[in-house]
Formats: sequence, C-alpha cells, structure tokens
Amino acid sequence: MSEVSYREISRNGLWNNNPALVQLLGLCPLLAVTGSVVNALGLGLATLAVLVGSNTAVSLIRHQVSDAIRTPAFVMIIATFTTCTEMLMKAYTYELYQILGIFIPLIVTNCAILGRAEAFASKQSPLPAAFDGLMMGLGFAAVLLVLGAIREVIGSGTLFANMDLLFGPMAANWGLQLFGDNYGFLVMILPPGAFLVTGLLIALKNIIDARNLARIEATKSKPLKGSKRVRTTGAIQ
Amino acid sequence: MALTRNSSPHAHGPRSTQWVMQQVLIATVPGLIVLTSFFGIGTIINILIASITAIGCEAAVLKLRQRPIGFYLRDYSALVTAVLLGLALPPLAPWWLAVTGTAFAIIIAKHLYGGMGFNPFNPAMIGYVVLLISFPLQMSAWLAPSGLVIDGTVAATPGLRDALQIVFAGNAIDGFTAATPLDAFKHNSGLLVENFYQQTPQFNQGRWAGFGWEWVNIAFLLGGCYLLGRKVFTWHAPVGMLGGLTLMALFNYDGGSSASNGSIIFHLLSGATMFGAFFIVTDPVTSATSNRGRLIYGALIGVILFLIRSWGNYPDALAFGVLLMNFAAPFIDYYTPPRTYGHGKSGTIIHRSKED
Repeated sequence: MSEVSYREISRNGLWNNNPALVQLLGLCPLLAVTGSVVNALGLGLATLAVLVGSNTAVSLIRHQVSDAIRTPAFVMIIATFTTCTEMLMKAYTYELYQILGIFIPLIVTNCAILGRAEAFASKQSPLPAAFDGLMMGLGFAAVLLVLGAIREVIGSGTLFANMDLLFGPMAANWGLQLFGDNYGFLVMILPPGAFLVTGLLIALKNIIDARNLARIEATKSKPLKGSKRVRTTGAIQ
Repeated sequence: MALTRNSSPHAHGPRSTQWVMQQVLIATVPGLIVLTSFFGIGTIINILIASITAIGCEAAVLKLRQRPIGFYLRDYSALVTAVLLGLALPPLAPWWLAVTGTAFAIIIAKHLYGGMGFNPFNPAMIGYVVLLISFPLQMSAWLAPSGLVIDGTVAATPGLRDALQIVFAGNAIDGFTAATPLDAFKHNSGLLVENFYQQTPQFNQGRWAGFGWEWVNIAFLLGGCYLLGRKVFTWHAPVGMLGGLTLMALFNYDGGSSASNGSIIFHLLSGATMFGAFFIVTDPVTSATSNRGRLIYGALIGVILFLIRSWGNYPDALAFGVLLMNFAAPFIDYYTPPRTYGHGKSGTIIHRSKED
C-alpha cells in the first residue's frame, strides 16, 4: 500500500470527500434527526464512535477475512459497535436515546460507515484507518451539527435547547430563546426543511470550492504569449 | 452564409408572456371583488403585501443571478404568483404570512429551480403549502362572510382601520372568524345532510353550497371563462379537474346520509375548486404538455382533491393535489405525446425503425 498522508485523510474527511456533503451517504439520519442541535450532536457522536471502532476493527482483521465474506463480516463488526454505543446511550443519556429512537440502531445501515470500511479501512493498517474513521466521523458530525443549528434556529427559534439531555444538569440553561416564545416555523423542523437546508449547504460548499479554485488559477503564473525573439527592427516601444 | 439552427417550436404566436399574465391578472378581478365584498379589505391587503414582496424578491434574485431585471419583471409572472397566493391566503392574516409565503415561492420554488419556465412546481402552491404546514393556526382562521347570521348576530368584517391593526399590529381576529363550509361539513357527525344543512348557518343561508363561498367560486368561474374566451389556455385541464371532482362526488354521494361526502354542487362551489380549476391547474409551466395529458393531469387533481377533502386531515386540498400532480406531469407527458406530423396515431412513442 502506498504511503498515506494524515493531512490528506483529514482534509478528505472534513471537506473534500465529506460523507454528508459530497458522498451524500447516511442521509437517512441526516434528514431525520437534525431538528435540533442536541439531537444532531447526539447522533453525530454516536456515528463517530461507531466509525472509529469499526474502521479500526476492520483494518485489524483485513488479512484474515476473505473477499467473498467480507461484507457480512463488516456488517457484524459495525453492528457490534452500534450495539455498544446504543447501550452506552441507554445508560448515560436515556432521554436522548429515547428521542433518537430507531435512528441509533439504524447506524448499522449507515452507508457512510460500511463505505469507509470497504473503501479505506480494509486496505490500510489500523492507525490510518482509525484516523480516517475519526475524520470522516467528525466531518459527518459537523454537517449534522450545522444542519441541526440552522433548523433549530429557523424552525423553533431556539439554539442549544435541552442540551442537558447530553451534557447533564450543568447544561440545563444553555438554551437560547431567540425570537420570543410563540415563534415557530414548522416546515423547517419537518423533513422538507432538512432537504432544503442540506441542499443549500451543498450549494454553499460548491460555491466556496469554486471560489478557491478560481483563486488558485488566478495566482498561477501564466505563460507569456507571443514571440520571445528580440526585436531587431522598427521602433522600440 | 451563417445558418442558425433553432429548435422547435418554429411557429411563434404573437402573444407574449406579458400579455398572458396580464389576462390572468384581469381575470382574477371578479373573484377579488366578490372576496372583498364578503370578507372585507383583507384580501386586497394580502395581495398588496405579496406583490411588493414578490417584486422585491424577484429583483433581488435576478440581480444575484446576473439576469436582466427589467425584462423579467415586465413579464408579470412574479406578480401573478403573488396575486394568486394573496387570493388564497385567509383575509386579515398577519403580514408576515404573506411575506414568508411569497418569498418562499419566488426564491425557492421558482428561482432555485432556474426561474421563469423551469420550475417543476407551482410557486404559489408551494408558498401556500409551506404556510399551511408551518402555521396551521393562522392559515385556518377564515373570517365569517359578512351578512352571515350566526346565533342571531350578523357577521360584519372589520373596517380598514381595524383591518390594518389586525394585519400589522397583530390584534386578535377571533371575534370575526367562522368555519368555512368545507370545514363545517367535515365536522358533521351523525346528521343527515338535509338536517345538517338546516341547522348550520353557513348552509341554511346559502343557496347551493354555503353562504358566500358559492359566489366566490362563481366569480372565479366567470374569470376563468374570460380566459378561455381569450384562448389563454385550452379547456382540457379545467374540464379534467372539474370532471374528476364531479365523478368522484357522484360515486360517493349516497343521497345525503350522515356519512355522505357531499353533493356534486357542494364540491364544485366550495373552497378553492373554481380558483384552482381556472387559475392553478392551467399553469403552462408545471402542468402536462399535450392536451390529452392536461385532461389526465386535471382529472387526477380533481380525484386527489376529493380524496383529501373527504378522508384526509385537511378541509381543502387543492395545493396538495396540484403539487402531487406536478410530480407526475413528466410521467404523464411520457405516455401522452401528441401526434407527430407525418406519423401514425397520437400516443405512439416513435421508435427508430430497424432500417435506419
């Protein structure tokens, strides 16, 4: 295997090959639970944990599992880590576990995780694989978080409401009420809002990429046009 | 010699988009007059707020997209969207309702999809559905039509001063609201239709289908006939929709039992039926393309309208019906191509023969 660059892995996971904005994988939880920051963060952390664990485990057993049965083996590994995460959430953040409901066990079917196991972890040594899982998970969680924040602000006019579900009693008054008590823009909390905001985020990423590309192009030195021969006749301007 | 190659259609009519949109605006006038006479100044305020928002949003987005602003504003399409949405909103709704709905319609439903002529969904209906889903309370507070006698008191609509206070300062309008006929009918439990009509003020003071609303529908029907007369659109989509609705009502009207879903005339002259049939399903951009396709498209909207009215959660469902069929319009187009000149029957998809 060729040398892996940790810089490249982190850039891929966080931006260039972001699972949510570029690969468009794992959209089901992305769209379903990002109605508020606390839900998004909860699911983002759970996915991150599963992704790091499964990538490491898949990488460790990559020489022992034959190609023919690798997919079931990967799914078993992912399911194991998902179950562990689910039990942890049940033990420490029970209310959040109840709110996220079916989407915690559904992490097993998150294609972003299986995709990383298949495309990266099964070909790399454990350390880069774990790092890739960390970066992909962070990229996914970051998008979930931004999506949750935007939808929570526009949809229910709050930010960081109910954070105590995740961080315990000390976070009980982190919530901000932005537009008054009666504010509510329900469509942003419902699935259409998730689709709209995801689309706008993807558009925003593409705009930023296009601008960066244009800037790089502009700074490149352009080859001089025209003849380079020394002019020997006529007036020199 | 420079030969430019143009794609079809090669025959151009003299009618501009601007002319068509102007005709639509003119045709809404009878409906607007009747709505105003029954529900007061609120509808006009709605339309004004929506129009200003629409023109502002359209100009802003066109500038961002670096398109000619004056050219697109002069085709009146943004104004038509605003007027249609303004007519559909409940009179005396808070001002931000019209602003939110129109901005959503113009920016997201129209321009994000490519602007005039490229939007797959009817912008006015998108705006309406977003509002209906997000603000069900404000969207279902319809005024009692003026002149309706409920429990001995004659309903009156607020004057201009009160109306402006309700719209902009957020004063309560509870004193003025009443269930629409569709809403009232939906909550009929256990009465024969005949008895229900006698007991409910909305119906016993009306002539055919509920006080006030029947005239609103007739006025929109008149406006629609004007548009048909000016050949702004063909008869297929409106007739399809009214036909679909009529057939469904005919098959499900059981002579007026307590479980009845309403008579044909009740469905034809209630809620948004005529408004939808002549001003919404006739939208050339989002409907099916061929005449046969438009007939099917309209009929299915009529069927969905009846299904949701009778068994759904919402009293009226024009916007849902139209949006669902907007999804289906390309599919309908695929199966209803018009006859190509020089080829066989219409409806046959032309495959290249093997000799080619």
